[in-house]
Amino acid sequence: MLDRTIVGILISAIAFVTVYAITPSLINVLTKRNMVVKDYNKEVATMVARPGGPSILAGILASEFVLYTFFPSTAIMAIIITTSLAFLVGFADDRKVLSGWFKPLALAGSAIPIILLGVYYPHLAFPLFGSVRLPELYLALIIFMIPITGNAINSIDVLNGVASGFMTIASFALTICLVIVHNYDIALASLPLGFVSLAFYKYHKVPSRIFPGDSGALTMGAMFGTLAIVGHVEVIAAIALLPAVINSFLFLSSVKRVIEHRQIKAKPVIHTEDFKLMASDDKSAPVTLVRLILANGPMTEKQVGFVIFRLALFSAALAIITAFMMEIKI
Amino acid sequence: MKGNSIFFYIFVMWALIIGGGGLLVTIIAPLSIHGFGVFDHILDSIVKAAIAMILVVLWVLLMSKIKNWIFQKQMSH
Repeated sequence: MLDRTIVGILISAIAFVTVYAITPSLINVLTKRNMVVKDYNKEVATMVARPGGPSILAGILASEFVLYTFFPSTAIMAIIITTSLAFLVGFADDRKVLSGWFKPLALAGSAIPIILLGVYYPHLAFPLFGSVRLPELYLALIIFMIPITGNAINSIDVLNGVASGFMTIASFALTICLVIVHNYDIALASLPLGFVSLAFYKYHKVPSRIFPGDSGALTMGAMFGTLAIVGHVEVIAAIALLPAVINSFLFLSSVKRVIEHRQIKAKPVIHTEDFKLMASDDKSAPVTLVRLILANGPMTEKQVGFVIFRLALFSAALAIITAFMMEIKI
Repeated sequence: MKGNSIFFYIFVMWALIIGGGGLLVTIIAPLSIHGFGVFDHILDSIVKAAIAMILVVLWVLLMSKIKNWIFQKQMSH
């Protein structure tokens, strides 16, 4: 246990310091190459570097490879490969706008290493009632899980700091849940995701100096999904991610097809004269989490972000309660 | 606190996940099909997968109804 604690501190430090140190250089490189996008929620025209995915991936790879040298396992290898493939999918989308269907299909493909390496346990564990064996159906679950978690984080990446802040809360909650269910090895492997997200939040929070882009959001989301599968905490992970899942659900149920946010003509959120965010009254605009939050009245970007963080903390608490409930059998 | 209805919606989703899990573990998982020889196993999987998919569709429809009910005020905004 002491070994694990020391390695846990080491990989957490590596994950945090790597992203904290690399990101300013990445911002400079992206800015020099004119890889910047407009931040539409700022009163004064502001250009922000994008994508931050490379520094997020660097932090994850550095820490996971160190963990692998101490505790070699195929589960860690699956996390590394799937997360890297998801990064490549996102990076391709950052460089060239691809169709709405591309990302889910390519992310489904990035889940294949989990199946090939056999690091899954085809039982779905539910609190209070026990687990159910789903040999064939579980393979479909793996293929669906990575696109769902990847796109859920990508779809919530709409305001400064939200994706990284949300991921920080959700991944630390997942680590706590993995400890509660006594899966210490995967709890250790999940630590870098929380620390990478936290370090990236430093540059992503209001006012953003860098956006994670699709490469960053999909990397974080896919790693979260992979941890859920290899850690046998699929249901708990889904609960921790509920605000992001709700956002995707609301969006899809209002537009009724798989489509990129940038393809939507009617904006769900508009600006007031003093540049606060306000829910659009356009009936054709999609329903999103931010639009629902703003239904009570205009708010600043920072205020909306904090409401989303409170929702993330609430879901994290429900996930931790669920992890404790796993120990109870009716 | 702003967004109270969203907290409630998350709580309802959580309760439905727990309830749905109970249904899956206690009722659907113990089902078994016999009498088709070598096809027993595959038929068993197909029937369970079909029930699971129907449950997911029902869950999505239910969440959609609850969403309209909870966010009625916001939707009409």
